[in-house]
Amino acid sequence: MAKQYETVIGLEVHVELSTKTKIFCGCSTKFGGRPNTHTCPVCTGMPGALPVLNRKVAEYALKLGIALNCEINQYCRFDRKNYFYPDNPQNYQISQLYLPVCHDGFLEFFVSGEKKRVRIHEMHMEEDAGKLIHDEWEDSSLVDYNRSGVPLLEIVSEPDMRTAEEVIAYLEKLRMICRYLGVSDCRLQEGSMRADVNLSVREAGSKKLGIRTEMKNLNSFKAVTHAIEGERERQIELLNEHREVVQETRRWDDNKEASYGMRSKEDAKDYRYFPDPDLQPVVISDEWLEALRREQPEFQEERKQRFRDTYGLSEYDAGILTQSRHLADLFETVADLSGFPKKTANWLMVEGLRILKEMGMEPEELSFTPEHLAVLIQAVERGEIHHANARLVFEQILEADVEPLGFMEEHGMRIVMDDGALTAAVEEVLKENPKAVEEYRSGKEKVFGFLVGQVMKKMKGKADPGKVNEALKKAEDSLLLIRQR
Amino acid sequence: MKKLYQMSAVELGRQIRTGELIVKEAVDSCLERINEAEPHLHAFLARNEKGLEERICEVEEGIRKGRYHGPLAGVPAAVKDNICTRGIPTTCASKMLEHFVPSFDAEAVRRMEDAGMILLGKTNMDEFAMGSTTETSYFQTTVNPWNREHVPGGSSGGSCAAVAAGEVPAALGSDTGGSIRQPASYCGVCGLKPTYGRVSRYGLIAYASSLDQIGPVGKTAADCAALFEVIAGKDEKDSTSSGKPFEATQELISGGLQGMRIGVPEELLGEGTQEEVRNAVWKGAQMMKEGGARVEFFSLGLTDYLIPAYYIIACAEASSNLERFDGVKYGYRSPEASELHEMYRKSRQEGFGSEVKRRILLGSFVLSSGYYDAYYLKALKAKALIKKEFDRVFERYDCILAPAAPATAPKLGTSLSDPLKMYLSDIDTVAVNLCGLPAVSVPCGLDREGLPIGMQVIGNCFREKEILRTAAAYEALRGEFPMAQLQ
Repeated sequence: MAKQYETVIGLEVHVELSTKTKIFCGCSTKFGGRPNTHTCPVCTGMPGALPVLNRKVAEYALKLGIALNCEINQYCRFDRKNYFYPDNPQNYQISQLYLPVCHDGFLEFFVSGEKKRVRIHEMHMEEDAGKLIHDEWEDSSLVDYNRSGVPLLEIVSEPDMRTAEEVIAYLEKLRMICRYLGVSDCRLQEGSMRADVNLSVREAGSKKLGIRTEMKNLNSFKAVTHAIEGERERQIELLNEHREVVQETRRWDDNKEASYGMRSKEDAKDYRYFPDPDLQPVVISDEWLEALRREQPEFQEERKQRFRDTYGLSEYDAGILTQSRHLADLFETVADLSGFPKKTANWLMVEGLRILKEMGMEPEELSFTPEHLAVLIQAVERGEIHHANARLVFEQILEADVEPLGFMEEHGMRIVMDDGALTAAVEEVLKENPKAVEEYRSGKEKVFGFLVGQVMKKMKGKADPGKVNEALKKAEDSLLLIRQR
Repeated sequence: MKKLYQMSAVELGRQIRTGELIVKEAVDSCLERINEAEPHLHAFLARNEKGLEERICEVEEGIRKGRYHGPLAGVPAAVKDNICTRGIPTTCASKMLEHFVPSFDAEAVRRMEDAGMILLGKTNMDEFAMGSTTETSYFQTTVNPWNREHVPGGSSGGSCAAVAAGEVPAALGSDTGGSIRQPASYCGVCGLKPTYGRVSRYGLIAYASSLDQIGPVGKTAADCAALFEVIAGKDEKDSTSSGKPFEATQELISGGLQGMRIGVPEELLGEGTQEEVRNAVWKGAQMMKEGGARVEFFSLGLTDYLIPAYYIIACAEASSNLERFDGVKYGYRSPEASELHEMYRKSRQEGFGSEVKRRILLGSFVLSSGYYDAYYLKALKAKALIKKEFDRVFERYDCILAPAAPATAPKLGTSLSDPLKMYLSDIDTVAVNLCGLPAVSVPCGLDREGLPIGMQVIGNCFREKEILRTAAAYEALRGEFPMAQLQ
């Protein structure tokens, strides 16, 4: 019988912080500027320039550290990691090795309905490198330092995961926490969240860890899953053939759906880490830490419960709406403004998420004025607009943040609530269709529908069918009374 | 009647302020002196000629309108070539940075400009401030103004020689292990190494970041005090700069030595010290005693560890600080290379001199895995213990008196062949950097060859006022020190 193997996985996740400025200088962190326009002497490593820590970076690190239940090093320090590569203007990266800001935490999440806890080994602050662009035609390389000095947090887990499913759940939970805290938008595709997978296999039941490899360049959850499955199989195959797994860094090729070795332990670099003498140790006061603890937001679990309790939402609805802090915030604001929480939930979940999916956007990208949706929902509830039209208006709110009442008016979607016009239309219809009126009176209920249609036609559709019904009945009743008298 | 070039910076500033002298006269006297001396002195690497006339007019007007009102407004000065000057080449006396022109001014330079001082040029130094003679400069050899056959000391040899020769009344140097105080003593001028963190290092091209400090060179302690006040103070651009306020040093001349407790460490006046140096320092101590100070010998512990700890820490930091010079962004790039690693290798091989390479290798070694604990970490521990020892000493004394160097200036061409011997000659100065202390070197005599001898007054952290006052009081007792007679 074939041996049973267990996969052991630990993750090193890099999260790009969403501070406005870089970690050691005042340059913008905005994505996509012209090459080398978001740079200064500090982030291009000019002689004589010195780094100064952006306090926001430490604040974000602490916020995440608290959320990940970490111990905080209240005296932490930056170290230099020395290696020569042109994307790194100083030829050393400022990082943390000896005294990282956070350590020994954990992250809990659910996998197939079961609670899973993954321990966090440590978390540290560091700077990102620039970007190299290789010009094959010119046989030259160009460097863009716009990314140089963008702040990163590296979150190193213990080897506590066993399956790709657990890894994805860990990443999703980590991403949700980062987004709830507002410390990072964590987009894998854009590289603002990067996961390196450390994986080894061992015989089931064995306590000893196998030799691990580190997989880099995983740009999507799909890539992470495939890389884990592929690497697990590769290692098991080696072991079954009584060959050794080599400790090495491997690079995932998404197009080929395969990985290849980059460098092995033998040619591992000696980074000559030492404390950076240009930066003072970061001293984190009890007061600062306490203030940050108080500022921790309500995370998904608590918020979900509150949405159920306060707004009477179902478990499912509350779960979906709290997947993103932004979506939950939007829901809450609109629900409170409109006074129709359940309707708000329906609009956001059914229409909102559908439209987002069609446009290929994430809930974080919703950026309309909450009042606009609240007003629309109220209009629907007052019967001022047909549901089908309301959906169109909602789309416009999402896409262009239009003011719904004005838009309805402009496009003739607003149901006329003016009783005078309706009464006049009803009277006209009654006058013009004496035969139908007669038939109705004699008990032919079906004719009523015809009369409603005639009124609607006169109103050019700008009338609420309910109201028309009501007005027609009222008019007939009074006619009846007059006759009887 | 004193010639202009013989005047101290403070005296020149006073005459400009009172209108006895206009700025242009002061500058012209310096330029004249530079033209006279430079052909054999070689203290300057670059002259700041572009825009000089406009700057003179601007400062002259600024002084008359009260915009520049400090004691050094209108006073010309030079700056060591490892301190960035916008638009003026800043080479660190290295082929590596031969054509490097900074896009910004160092904070110290900016403050000098703000004080109305006039930058005349950049001075020669040991390559990347590594050396004790200014002979490791890639470009030229500066000679000692007192005797052309001798070195001016280093690494701030250009700045000290320029002040000694009267080319400028004041200059900036930098001091990582004695690089201001030792050349000041060889050249018979006054040089201050401030407390670590007093002067912003922003724009100082780093040698060893935890030890480097920019400081003033002048003819007198009062000159150093005035220039120190101009450049010192908190700078947000340097995380290691201190916001600790400093008292005005203006009235330091009035302070005496009465009641001052001065300690003289026996270990720094031992056998390794040239007899004339020992005698001169001893005589200085005697003079201060007569001036009212309480002077006594004491034993300073851990002196055997000073040089090893210093060189391990300095070289470790240097090996990392100098990594950025790789031919990619600025500086020298070898034309020979055809791929990346060859470019790194050749650019650095051809761009750095041998002393710089020696220190990079030494530093890379002590930081490499397996040696970090044995060398670098141990050196840090030694540093902490040495600091403790000085804390103990400063419980008993206000100031420490010591030679600035064990001997007077050696002959040109005699030092580099034995680097270890050269390193050992730093014994008198490195403790101050390891502990972040302030120290001033003041001339205290001449040896039989007529070469100056310097004496250090070392104080506790942030006590610049105390050591400058002591030095000034000593100067008053000593009388005016002669100027170098250019041969």
